[in-house]
Amino acid sequence: MNSFTYTNATAVDAAVREKSTNTKAAFVAGGTNLLDLMKENVERPTRLIGLNKLADLATIEDNPEGGLRLGALATNADTAWHPEVEKRYPLLSQTILAGASPQLRNMATNGGNLMQRTRCYYFYDLATPCNKREPGSGCSALNGFNRIHAILGASEHCIATYPSDMAVALAALEATVRVSGPHGERTIPFADFHRLPGDQPERDNTLETGELITALDLPAKGFEKNFTYLKLRDRTSYAFAVVSVAVGLELEGNVIKEARIALGGVAHKPWRVIAVEETLRGVTATEDNFREAATALLRDAQGYGSNNFKIELAKRAIVRALKQATEMNQPLDANAFLNSNP
Amino acid sequence: MSDLTTTPRLVEAGTSNTSYIGKPTSRVEGPAKVTGTAKYSAEFNVPGLLYGYVVTSPITKGRITKINSAPVLALEGVVQIFSHENVPSLAWFDRNYKDDVAPGGSPFRPLHDAEIKFNMQPVALVVADSFEVARYAASVLEIEYEQEKFDTNIDLKRDEGHKPGSGKTGFMPPPPPRGNPNDALKNATHRIEGEYIHGAQHHNPMEMFATTVEYHQDGKITAYDKTQGVYNVQQYITKIFGLSKDEARVVNHYMGGGFGSGLRPQYQVFLAVLAALELKQSVRVSLTRQQMFSFGHRPHTLQYLKMGTNPDGTLAALHHHALHETSKFEEYTENVVNWSGMLYQCENVNLGYQVAELDVYTPLDMRAPGAATGSFALEVAMDEMAYAAGLDPLDFRIRNYAEQDQNMKKPFSSKKLRECYHEGAAKFGWDKRTPEPRSMREGNQLIGWGMAGGVWDASMQKAAAKAIFTADGKLEVLSAAGENGTGTYTIMTQIAAETLGLPLEAVTFKLGDTNMPEAPLQGGSWTAASVGSAVKNVCTEVGEKLLKLAQKMKGSPLKGASIDDVHFADGQIRLNTNPSEAVVIRDILPASGEEKLEVESSAMPNMIKQQPYSMHSHNAVFVEVKVDEDLGTVHVTRVVNAVAAGRILNTKTARSQVLGSVVWGISMALMEETVMDHTFGRYMNHNYAEYHVPVNADIHDIDVVFVEEEDDKVNPLGVKGIGEVGMLGVAAAITNAVYHATGKRVRELPIYMDKLL
Ligand SMILES: Cc1cc2nc3c(=O)[nH]c(=O)nc-3n(C[C@H](O)[C@H](O)[C@H](O)COP(=O)(O)OP(=O)(O)OC[C@H]3O[C@@H](n4cnc5c(N)ncnc54)[C@H](O)[C@@H]3O)c2cc1C
Ligand code: SF4
Repeated sequence: MNSFTYTNATAVDAAVREKSTNTKAAFVAGGTNLLDLMKENVERPTRLIGLNKLADLATIEDNPEGGLRLGALATNADTAWHPEVEKRYPLLSQTILAGASPQLRNMATNGGNLMQRTRCYYFYDLATPCNKREPGSGCSALNGFNRIHAILGASEHCIATYPSDMAVALAALEATVRVSGPHGERTIPFADFHRLPGDQPERDNTLETGELITALDLPAKGFEKNFTYLKLRDRTSYAFAVVSVAVGLELEGNVIKEARIALGGVAHKPWRVIAVEETLRGVTATEDNFREAATALLRDAQGYGSNNFKIELAKRAIVRALKQATEMNQPLDANAFLNSNP
Repeated sequence: MSDLTTTPRLVEAGTSNTSYIGKPTSRVEGPAKVTGTAKYSAEFNVPGLLYGYVVTSPITKGRITKINSAPVLALEGVVQIFSHENVPSLAWFDRNYKDDVAPGGSPFRPLHDAEIKFNMQPVALVVADSFEVARYAASVLEIEYEQEKFDTNIDLKRDEGHKPGSGKTGFMPPPPPRGNPNDALKNATHRIEGEYIHGAQHHNPMEMFATTVEYHQDGKITAYDKTQGVYNVQQYITKIFGLSKDEARVVNHYMGGGFGSGLRPQYQVFLAVLAALELKQSVRVSLTRQQMFSFGHRPHTLQYLKMGTNPDGTLAALHHHALHETSKFEEYTENVVNWSGMLYQCENVNLGYQVAELDVYTPLDMRAPGAATGSFALEVAMDEMAYAAGLDPLDFRIRNYAEQDQNMKKPFSSKKLRECYHEGAAKFGWDKRTPEPRSMREGNQLIGWGMAGGVWDASMQKAAAKAIFTADGKLEVLSAAGENGTGTYTIMTQIAAETLGLPLEAVTFKLGDTNMPEAPLQGGSWTAASVGSAVKNVCTEVGEKLLKLAQKMKGSPLKGASIDDVHFADGQIRLNTNPSEAVVIRDILPASGEEKLEVESSAMPNMIKQQPYSMHSHNAVFVEVKVDEDLGTVHVTRVVNAVAAGRILNTKTARSQVLGSVVWGISMALMEETVMDHTFGRYMNHNYAEYHVPVNADIHDIDVVFVEEEDDKVNPLGVKGIGEVGMLGVAAAITNAVYHATGKRVRELPIYMDKLL
């Protein structure tokens, strides 16, 4: 049998110690991704360190910098529906609710969400080569069926996308990831947390061996007045983004003071181009300006066949998202079929 | 057997408390399903059960060169590994492997030899004392292969199609051309032509295929199998394994969806029976979701249509040609193009149909097989033609209404399609449509209204049933029919209760067991007509016996009455001339001293009565879509589906069938496609996360209209079947609505946003 032992960790340092000394160990939180990967034999840990009893990591509270600290073990549902998140970071709330299904969000945790792996078909299917699963075996998607694959920042070794919705908002909000490792605690700016595949597609992020995510820090600025998460997908709920856009705007009248634009479903990490956001500073919020920004954001995009359409789609989605955030006319109610999720 | 030419002796609906036919009776098996007492094939827990896990081939074509069983057999808990290397000698001839709906050719034999014919072919069965051990053992079993080049891409086989033989039951080769289709097209006032495509689609019922084989001490077996036909599976396994019917009982009481996937015995039943017989122990084999993509599917189909009109907007010519995949070992066929020769009046018609062989598993009937495919192409082409001729799409169809079936040159036994058009259009508000594409919008959302329709066979097969009426006033009726959620339990209970004037609660209908009288496969929308008629007959015969006994009762008011002089209602047999003269049915057996009455009877189609007619159900679908102008996302916000399918036995379960059909049509139009990577010859989105079907949030208003249609020719009950017709035209109506919304004509499904950018 595919045996594994499973016990719940009671303290962070013990969990970290064990994980850093046992290469066959894995943390498990909601289990909504890891258990699937185990069933498909993509991952085969022999030891599961359960995190759900680390109650200290499941809280949501103010952080010293005036922002909010989201515990890594708080569930996606608890986070999205938390009154402070809804009030100060509605973008994040909306984004989380656009992901997965209510059942999954009830189990999924914030830490697990950041660590979820790609949905590339080949990655999940042991009958096909995949560099991310088995380094050096080749990338089947490159010349294969790649409709859901990356158009930005990919490499010849891997064109997978990172599928999280939540992370797209976290990128736009410039969250910080707090981790605890064998050498103590450290923080990682969100932009540096996930990485591009390069020639090491097996590495999704910059977490070091044994490190545990303990929390996500949101800075004070929440863009709660002008924001949107636009998620385009093949059905209205329970599907990953084909392309998504998280936008936060600070406006003075019709003039943009600050703009944040992060894209999901297009790369191995949430995609932001700071230089393009800078060009929007001080300009009027018009469709022409939005289109210019969108074109600039996608300048280096490259399609691989079935996903060529994503380049144009992403541009249009950016324009629409910026418009929606400016006008705040997007449907925010739960049953609207374009944006948020029932 | 009863004479079916006599008019049915059913009490007029609504005249008594025991008239149930046509009423919205709730599912009688509902409580069992929601409380979990309804048992499915993988839920029969018998003592000493072993578990089999199927190992499938990662390659598409070639041979197994080595199976390294020894280390896996040594694992604790592993009992045996079955493969072609150790499979016992079984039936030799192809005919033994042919089930009732096998197409022509040579059926796939699991574990027969080293040859690999398709990707995910089952190559071994690992049996262990727990499912987990079996699954693990299967994952570490090393198998070596020698690969060969393969063909899985129908695009590369466009010129290699051939006309199939008529090996498959129900397949009707297209009729020969009529009139002068080429000249008529050339001389037409307006012309259109186009290619219409959909990819492979898999049935994907919620319940995975599974078989639990109980091995009895005397060597007999009971197979609890997921199937739409227990008799079909029984004859399959008895012929292959050399068992007598008495030695192999097959049972299926409930199915978590079938949609045609359970028409043929799937390989897990073969494997489970093989293992049970070899090991002389009970064995269960259940497939995984991924393995649900390893057998039959709706075939990837390419269709070409050409049409032309006369100056008055009537059809001058119609050409419809289809090509779809089949396997290299069987010639799967379905009726794709024939419908185009009968749905509209046209004197010049050319229909063509070909199949091309690929290294895939044989396709398999999937809800409205052939017609779902054909009606998509025909009805989109009709929309294009209407636009080319400057006519309203509904008006264009009515102008070309077929008063008779030109393929068969026969009148219809009944046809209320015109009423479907009118009632559907009225309910939908079609008259408020502005014909110009892109002429209706709401902010960013372009609104489109489209319509289409379809035609489906009204068939009946031979079926038998048994009825047992006991002294406590209870009636049990049995027939080996299948029920995959369609409402069979309920409508049979209604028919039996109404025929004998009993309360519903006094009647139990049982199905799905080869110990019961034979019923046909549950498919083709014929169960209501076939099994329903058998149930009615057997209950009528019980009624005749009851009358005889009642007449012997002291002071019986029924003395001297013939069966035509009485009716059964409200628990009584009543004189027609004076209904207050009656005998209470419950009192009859106690008075007679009999403990029970047991009757077996059957029904079959009255060929003489049916022969002069073409018998079909019809529908018309109207839909509204909203398409985001910039982003190409499509939502179906409103559907009206008007159906003429003869007598509706239960408006609630029938409506559910049509609702499900509409959802499926939306799915076909916007989401479903099993995508193959031809580098591997393997379907890549083989799971529920990536093979998309609609979620609740995708489904908005659906309105079902049943048009009244009387038909005393199809069968004594006047029913035409409702399981498939509702799906026809849905995908086409959506495609047409998308055109109306956007001005973009999509001819390839599914309509992902990519196609509308
Ligand atoms: C059918 C389906 C549809 C989905 N749709 C969407 C969608 O539309 N959008 C979307 O964003 N997501 C979607 N998801 C993914 C879902 O959001 C993730 O599975 C979930 O967020 C993972 O969280 P978890 O707590 O269950 O992680 P687990 O499965 O428990 O763990 C995932 C990984 O994270 C690691 N891990 C967990 N916690 C920590 C920690 N604190 N520190 C370090 N490592 C940790 C684990 O070791 C493991 O490797 C979907 C999932 C499914 C199954
Ligand atoms: S894209 Fe990445 S994950 Fe997908 S097959 Fe290629 S290497 Fe594997």
